[in-house]
Amino acid sequence: MVQKTVRLFTLSTCSHCKAAKRFLAENGVEHHFIDVDLLTGDERHAVLQEVRKYNPRLSYPTIIIDEEIVIVGFREQELREALDL
Amino acid sequence: MNDVTRKDAEQLYERLRPLQEKKGYYFNEDMERTLDLLAGLLVNKERYGYMCCPCRLASGDREKDRDITCPCEYREPDVKEYGSCYCNLYVSREWNEGTIPREYVPERRPAEKFE
Repeated sequence: MVQKTVRLFTLSTCSHCKAAKRFLAENGVEHHFIDVDLLTGDERHAVLQEVRKYNPRLSYPTIIIDEEIVIVGFREQELREALDL
Repeated sequence: MNDVTRKDAEQLYERLRPLQEKKGYYFNEDMERTLDLLAGLLVNKERYGYMCCPCRLASGDREKDRDITCPCEYREPDVKEYGSCYCNLYVSREWNEGTIPREYVPERRPAEKFE
């Protein structure tokens, strides 16, 4: 099975974000996350512009799979289906 | 990142619980999750000077974030409709008792409020 690219925009304090990270780790899914609340200045601005492209409401976690599927929030069933788990 | 301890979160829990229960809002019975969220509130208090919702991105401007300062403006309609606030920190008695389904609470904050 080809490993899918999983990117997350998260907050370091958010329970749904932590649950999503834990779920991916427990299922052995490689992923990369950015805790947006820990960024400042230009970097934060640039990342927010990117999040807005995928999720105009800027809510977290925003999960992007293979640049095709965007899942907003930790919706376990949707994630399972998107990742064939 | 911060100096917030579990003990700080437990103290906040004890302080808020009787006040909120009187209003009909209960802390999620999942203590790990609840303490984690309360710690998030304390982290935000250190960072921004007010307890911004830990599940939303603070702007750093107290006025702009007034609607998402805990307890947020959306808690009441969310607990009424879903039995839980957006974060799953404050819930109804029925939610804790498991007599209503635990749905994922969607973001109710209007899109234009986001920075």
